[in-house]
Amino acid sequence: MDKDLILLGHGSGGKLSHQLLDELIIPTLSGVPLAGQNDAAVLSRDGRRFAFTTDSYVVDPVFFPGGNIGSLAVNGTDNDLAMVGAKPLWISAALILEEGFSRRELAEILRAMRQAADLAGVAIVTGDTKVVPRGKADRIFINTSGVGVFDHDLEISGNGAQPGDKVLINGTIGDHGIAVLAKREGLALESDIQSDCAALNGLVTELLEVGTALHVLRDPTRGGVATTLKEIALQSQVTITLREATFPLKASVRGVCAILGLDPLYVANEGKLLAIVAPEAAPQLLELMRRHPLGREAAIIGEVTTASPGKVELETVVGGRRGVEMLAGEQLPRIC
Amino acid sequence: MNYLDEFRDRTAVLGLAERIKGLTAGRSEPLSFMEVCGTHTMAIYQYGLRSLLPAEVRLVSGPGCPVCVTPNGYVDRALAYSRLPDVIIATFGDMVRVPGSSSFLMAERARGADVRIVYSPLDAVALAAKYPERRVIFLGVGFETTAPTIAGSIIAARSQGLANYFVLTAHKTIPIPMQVLAADPELKIDGYLCPAHVSAIIGADAYRPLAEELGVPCVITGFEPTDVMQGVLMLARQVLEGKSFVEIQYSRVVKWGGNPRAQEVLREVFDPCDADWRGIGTIPGSGLRINEKYAAFDAERVIPVAVEELREPQGCRCGEVLKGKVTPYDCPLFAKACTPEAPVGACMVSSEGTCAAAFKYGQ
Repeated sequence: MDKDLILLGHGSGGKLSHQLLDELIIPTLSGVPLAGQNDAAVLSRDGRRFAFTTDSYVVDPVFFPGGNIGSLAVNGTDNDLAMVGAKPLWISAALILEEGFSRRELAEILRAMRQAADLAGVAIVTGDTKVVPRGKADRIFINTSGVGVFDHDLEISGNGAQPGDKVLINGTIGDHGIAVLAKREGLALESDIQSDCAALNGLVTELLEVGTALHVLRDPTRGGVATTLKEIALQSQVTITLREATFPLKASVRGVCAILGLDPLYVANEGKLLAIVAPEAAPQLLELMRRHPLGREAAIIGEVTTASPGKVELETVVGGRRGVEMLAGEQLPRIC
Repeated sequence: MNYLDEFRDRTAVLGLAERIKGLTAGRSEPLSFMEVCGTHTMAIYQYGLRSLLPAEVRLVSGPGCPVCVTPNGYVDRALAYSRLPDVIIATFGDMVRVPGSSSFLMAERARGADVRIVYSPLDAVALAAKYPERRVIFLGVGFETTAPTIAGSIIAARSQGLANYFVLTAHKTIPIPMQVLAADPELKIDGYLCPAHVSAIIGADAYRPLAEELGVPCVITGFEPTDVMQGVLMLARQVLEGKSFVEIQYSRVVKWGGNPRAQEVLREVFDPCDADWRGIGTIPGSGLRINEKYAAFDAERVIPVAVEELREPQGCRCGEVLKGKVTPYDCPLFAKACTPEAPVGACMVSSEGTCAAAFKYGQ
């Protein structure tokens, strides 16, 4: 096989992506080990901490039920900052447009960006626009970068999960991936499936009330809840045990997954966070989530043990047990 | 009734597990039941059903993943076609990552080949209509469930007068290889969980020779967890009562005579032929080829191409996995040199492959 080729799977967020990062990108650009990687870099200068992150958005279709590439680009970067416990302040917007793209659609996307930024309380402060010849890009790509600050001294990181901790999620899983898929494939489904695309920093601010009991925050985007929890289990060297029967899941999402043979645990979310918290604070955290508009269907879905470090285990709806691995290859192409 | 909850009911599944335990307790030799269909394999792993069965019942995965049993030579031919300048390869998604002797379709696409993933062969016919100056070759892989829709696409292309739609076929039929495996003394199959949707097409009668002449109990079983557990219970009961006959657990879909309309479409376009099964070899009468009437749509007959010399991957035990002789964990490459990202064998590629299921869902 030709090792020189970059394949679509290298952008899936799963194992091939990790390999490309580990073998080529990180060793060439810097030396941060995978275990130290979070959704955003946390940097210190003169005793102050900052969070910095960047992300490119290439979703197809550009418009989908519940949002568009613009709202996704702002919320996604906002969420990456929020997941290290930072307060997002400033973001950039770089647009790559394909020759022939519609000005009307661009206006709609920009309005969605502005609206998402206003809702999240962040300012879009710099940007760039390029146009490439027809066929050299697919309609519109957006890159956003963001800077956030810390109002507290808490360390929220993927390596912070401890035995005994509880795993919480703020609502139903798989909504974004299935909404995008249904739209792209023109699946004529009688369903209410909307992307959950939303800024989570407001919710995170409330969750920080539990203080040092809050150990990990992570948004399960590409690769879904399964891949994200597997990453955390590896980073923290703990076992995470999940109970499938407790997963919040819309009946419509479950139905589409059943028809198409998809596992909702691997489907992307854009407005969900996984919180790993000390057991004594779990009821309070659940209550805080459920009081927030973005957490009404929050649930405790599992716990952290030491049985076999790095493993994620699942008790299935019918009571069987099995392991959970990272997304391998592509489940759905270009969802963010 | 939403047709999901009823069949994923925890109490029902655990109750069936108890009854299986009660029936088989104290056996010295475990019962080996083969699930032939890849969708069963996935369901068994996904719901962790093995962990609910007693040690006296062993579920063995069989050759029922169409992508997995497709030999390297077929993939090599598809790769050779993909390199022809005017060709569009249209295929179901699973095929694009199956390794051939030296490449795979996704890599050819990254190099510039026009490879498109479709959800239905009719989408491929639509491509042929849209690009009259190109040749569209659909990769016709699959069992009796898929073959009628592909036969339908050929009939549609003919009625639309399309001269640029072709199918590269590797269609296979399921009952004959089941008979071959049942006769294999190394395997000692005590019963078959027969495929659900293949049986909806071919009908339960197709398994009569297996059960009545070869003495292997057959239960046509659905894909939900309660279906699988009930299928296992029915098989165990037959064995313990010393009987072997065909039973339909999946009676909400499968009939004794199958789907006559689909069978008619199959007969209209295809003739039976010998087929190469990866790991098993050539099985007489176990494949389908496009007949003389529709020969103009048969890529292999109409489009000559130089195919590279066949090379089989070193150390890969896919063949034995497909026969249920070893589990993925017995293969030295499993999860080391062979992963879903960099698969060596097809069993690791297909979403229905036994190795892919074992890798994704662990034990």
